[in-house]
Amino acid sequence: MSATVMLSAEQRKQSRNTGVTLIILGVISAVFFTQDGGSAGFGLTEGFTLNLSSQRFAQVLAVALVGAGAFQLYRGFGRLMNVFLATGTALFVISFLAWSASGESFNFTGMLQDTVARSVPITLGAVAGILCERSGVINIAIEGQLLFAAFTGSIVGSILNPWFGIVGAVASGVALGGLLGVLAIKYQVDQVIVGFAINFLSLGVTSFVGQRVLVTKPEYNYLTPFRPIDVPLLSDIPVIGPSMFEQNLFVYFSYVVVAATTWWMYRTRWGLRTRAIGEYPKAAGSLGVDVLKLRYRNLLIGGAVAGLGGAWWPVGAVGRFDENITGGRGFIALAAVIFGRWHPVGAFIAALVFTLAEAVRLKLGNLDTGIPSEFLLSAPYFVTLVVVAGFVGRSRAPKSVGQPYTEQ
Amino acid sequence: MRLDLVDITKSFPGVLANDRVSLNVSSGEVLALIGENGAGKSTLMNVLYGMYRPDSGEIRIDGQPTTFQSAADAIAAGIGMVHQHFMLVPVFSVAENVVLGVEPTGALGSLDIAKARQMVKEVSDKYHLDLDPDALIENLPVGIQQRVEIVKVLLRDAKVVVFDEPTAVLTPSEILEFFEIVKSLVDAGKGVVFITHKLKEALHIADRIAVLRRGTVVGETTPTQADENKIAEMMVGRPVQLVVSKNSAQPGEEVLSVSDLTVLDPDGRTVVDDISFAVRRGEIVGIAGVQGNGQTELVETLTGLRAANNGSVRLGGDDITVASPRLRHEMGMAHIPEDRQRQGLVVGMSIAQNLVLTRYHSPEFSNGVSMDWGKVHDVSEELVKNYDVRTNDVDNLASTLSGGNQQKVIVARELSRDLRLAVASQPTRGVDVGSIEYIHSQIVKERDAGTAVLIVSTELDEVMALSDRILVMYRGKIVAEVDPKKTSAMDIGLYMAGSKPQGVAS
Amino acid sequence: MPRWFDALGSRLNRMSSLVITLLAVVSALVVGAVIIILSDVERLGNGEIGAAFSELATAYSALVRGSVGSLRALSETVNNSTPFIIAGVSVALAFKTGLFNIGATGQMLAGGLATTWVGFVMDGPAIVQIPLALLAGLVGGALFGAIPGVLKARTGAHEVITTIMLNYIASFTILWALDTQLFQRPDRSDPISKFVSDEAMLPKVFGFIGLGEKFPAHSGIIVALLVVAAYWWFLERSKMGFEFQAFGQNADAAEYAGMRAKRLTVVGMVVAGGIAGVAGGIEILGRYGYATQTFAGTIGFDAIAVALLGRSTPLGTMFSAILFGALQSGGREMQVETDINIDLIVVLRALIVMFIAAPLLVKAIWRVKSAQVSTGQTFKGWGS
Repeated sequence: MSATVMLSAEQRKQSRNTGVTLIILGVISAVFFTQDGGSAGFGLTEGFTLNLSSQRFAQVLAVALVGAGAFQLYRGFGRLMNVFLATGTALFVISFLAWSASGESFNFTGMLQDTVARSVPITLGAVAGILCERSGVINIAIEGQLLFAAFTGSIVGSILNPWFGIVGAVASGVALGGLLGVLAIKYQVDQVIVGFAINFLSLGVTSFVGQRVLVTKPEYNYLTPFRPIDVPLLSDIPVIGPSMFEQNLFVYFSYVVVAATTWWMYRTRWGLRTRAIGEYPKAAGSLGVDVLKLRYRNLLIGGAVAGLGGAWWPVGAVGRFDENITGGRGFIALAAVIFGRWHPVGAFIAALVFTLAEAVRLKLGNLDTGIPSEFLLSAPYFVTLVVVAGFVGRSRAPKSVGQPYTEQ
Repeated sequence: MRLDLVDITKSFPGVLANDRVSLNVSSGEVLALIGENGAGKSTLMNVLYGMYRPDSGEIRIDGQPTTFQSAADAIAAGIGMVHQHFMLVPVFSVAENVVLGVEPTGALGSLDIAKARQMVKEVSDKYHLDLDPDALIENLPVGIQQRVEIVKVLLRDAKVVVFDEPTAVLTPSEILEFFEIVKSLVDAGKGVVFITHKLKEALHIADRIAVLRRGTVVGETTPTQADENKIAEMMVGRPVQLVVSKNSAQPGEEVLSVSDLTVLDPDGRTVVDDISFAVRRGEIVGIAGVQGNGQTELVETLTGLRAANNGSVRLGGDDITVASPRLRHEMGMAHIPEDRQRQGLVVGMSIAQNLVLTRYHSPEFSNGVSMDWGKVHDVSEELVKNYDVRTNDVDNLASTLSGGNQQKVIVARELSRDLRLAVASQPTRGVDVGSIEYIHSQIVKERDAGTAVLIVSTELDEVMALSDRILVMYRGKIVAEVDPKKTSAMDIGLYMAGSKPQGVAS
Repeated sequence: MPRWFDALGSRLNRMSSLVITLLAVVSALVVGAVIIILSDVERLGNGEIGAAFSELATAYSALVRGSVGSLRALSETVNNSTPFIIAGVSVALAFKTGLFNIGATGQMLAGGLATTWVGFVMDGPAIVQIPLALLAGLVGGALFGAIPGVLKARTGAHEVITTIMLNYIASFTILWALDTQLFQRPDRSDPISKFVSDEAMLPKVFGFIGLGEKFPAHSGIIVALLVVAAYWWFLERSKMGFEFQAFGQNADAAEYAGMRAKRLTVVGMVVAGGIAGVAGGIEILGRYGYATQTFAGTIGFDAIAVALLGRSTPLGTMFSAILFGALQSGGREMQVETDINIDLIVVLRALIVMFIAAPLLVKAIWRVKSAQVSTGQTFKGWGS
């Protein structure tokens, strides 16, 4: 036997994938990002701009990434593998930014602020997904829940006031959660199919009614969204303060929801039972836990969270509803559930990764980069694809997700 | 407390699972409930535990009729159940599993895990069960997992404890420990229902024995009034041959030879640890061991479903360590997998299609592009007849067959061709006695025809009855090779538990 | 039990599944009516309830007239059904293999773009151009379908997520392609491709008997029917079809039986992608003659509903595609004749899928008693 620790085939594969990914990033960095000699200004605070030589940075990074990748292939970082991958990816993005923005300056902190603001519906959608999947019901319908909630939120918010808009959005999220529950739990319809049907239904109903009603009555689709509120003290921290604590209420809602769900899931009776019925519902059922009722409850609470996420569009961002305004954010939330390993904090971080890609694209849209804008448009989806492919093998889904439960 | 089941009847579409079954058990006694697979034991217990509603009949507690809407009602009435498949969440700790459903809570509904730990500790100390509340279930051996199940039941203050096939996964010495636990429960005034198909154990521990056959109670007896043969006859309805009849083996040259084989699971744990052995033509080698000691992984590696990390496997001199399952199959290896529903069959396909599942691609049935289903049909009719599969049409779905007949489909498919090596894993799990006898006779016939046979089973009786040589597996290693004719079940059991019988030099 | 009894039982079972399909459609129309009435805020606000109902009646009758009411309507229905049939088979075949292909839209875009390219760079008679252009569509779709297949086989990334992401990526990539010199029409600045040559366009299906004017449907329907026939042969007679289905129903058993799971996953997605690519090509050669970013519309998504409705069988998929095609042409007529916009069709489809997927629900609503209806599970976990 050889002296090195033996690895299973799966571990070797993961390890190899990580190494190859690092090397690919390094090579891209070396080939593309070293081409331009200028320095890029990263605006951090109002008075301070960090100047990075894009070429030098990319050279150093390329060497580091290829070196790390080679070491990973040769020996392996073991437990630190994911840390290296995440750090490498983040530095790669910064290198990309420096290259794109070389010779110019841009507001880096503003970009982070944008990243956090945009993460709200994805984070909340993902938490909704976690609540459902942890209890063993797969929720493909996050997109539909967000869309319907945005629709209801806009109408109710326009007619009454934004706060009622949120209430309306939450209520419609709960309603769709209930529909998913009745079909998936009571009638035991394939959960993926129900989810898809709900997505179709939301898209159809909101487009149909939107066309039929909102076009002729624009006053039902116009409200003033929430304005940012600075959190005292916290917002004074450089870079982090403005990014995280000069935001509107929705961002703070999402912090609260992530924290509360984490506590709920891991520190309460409710959470213990939820995790139990997602892993092994029969075990919980045999101890007298009402599996079906608990699943319903999770779906309804999840629906409420998704509803809050949907309210972000009319009440937290644009002040109205447009046809298919969610544009696939619910599916990205679904990916965030997996990338975040079914943990609320993980999902929040995953959401930030996606919206960072989007914020970068928006920022670069204003800079002359020479990259076709169409490729930038697909960047968030591409990142999702890579991340899901790279990480899915390392996460452990709730065992019983997707399987209907019968008391037998 | 006295528990009465009175005239319980429960039917499912097409099956009368329980037909006016009456039983009773009182505090301080052990009732053994004996019956074959499919006799209706599980249905009856699910009725008792509130999982099924009976069509008619009633449950009485101390003479009072009660109805259970759910498991919660049954628990509240003082009934506890230790299921055959443990009802434990693998990723939870012992304490989390035990308190699930009766969680101690603190402020704001938060979980009081310290209290939970203490609760586990108290019960486990009282009955000398010796449990670590913080251990994760998935890291515990099955014997300990069973104790967790028992603590769960005791913590809920059960008066009557039902054990469903509790010894199936235990070593002989663990079984003795288990009986000690049962005795201490009885001493503490609990009533115990012990469901089993192992006659010896029922005779050993029970005060009374009730025999269930085809959904009805066919008799009640006591260990003093009956012996094994008599109970077996009651159980099956005819005289049963309890031993496999076979001549002594005539081993020939080596067919399978395994050397230094090591296999890791996806998490990097060693599950098969540097194993070497050989199987010769014309002999049956049995691998004994408690479930989860690497047998599954060993078989999967031998049959090409799992990659070996080190070592080699040779079939008749050819190195097949990295050969595909199909190549091994074509080289004359048969594989009866341990779980017929999961691996052995596609139950949504026809019996005929399942009968050719491993050789549909051969020139006999396919020209490489299209299938000759007519030919498949004809061959299937032949196989069904020859292997006693009870069905009226080979085009019926495999899901329409009983467990025993499904297993016979697999046996027919795997053994009905020229073989060099047959690997059979749990060949008779969940199968009725008639089918067991038949499958055993087919395996012996295969040996006599000159095939090398490797049997893996967690049923020690089965391994001992069939094998010419026995290898005992413990924690991924082969810890002993014994002759079944010269070794007692107790001694093999000690090896299975990782210790050595007295008088054996280390 | 005698054999004729079993045969009768299974026939009744099949009947009841047809009955349930019909009841599902009726249920969807009823719910759709409720939505139409409730969303008619103008009339309801003025208390003109009768008028609202009469509009509903006009709408539903236009739905029928626009789909089967005339030769021209029938022709429209045939044209609309064609891509649904082909893309529906793509999704159905993936379902049979245990894969959930949500990426038909992206695969159609990839295939359609390839078809367009062959269509405008080539010269030659129709008999050469059309098959080559469609072959290009097949290859384009197959290559694009290979991506989620390879990702799943190699990393375990679930195709539900990867195909959705690839749809977006495809739609931006085609936007980019249509902006390049290679594809963009010289006199245009918006993303629109050159025209394919006239010979590459699919001829009218009944043109050879002089019915081209009255029944202008293109001959893509013939390709669609061939695809259905090939799909039937594949499932019922081919060796690979047997492997696909065994793998789809029980992946562990398939591996045990010596089939190679990873290969089946990749090949399954490649074949499904190729078929969807042909659907894209047919839309280009039959309907548009050029490519835009949105030529595939929502056909790829609707194809999921088509396959579900048809329970992934060849005939079932074909008939449900025809139903969807009819709804499409009827919906357009409805939009012309009334204030009711065609998005209603999306609602109706969603409701049909929901009711179809929930046979127990339909039974409960209509109080039908019959043998059990299977509620199979397509989802097999997020994988590892």
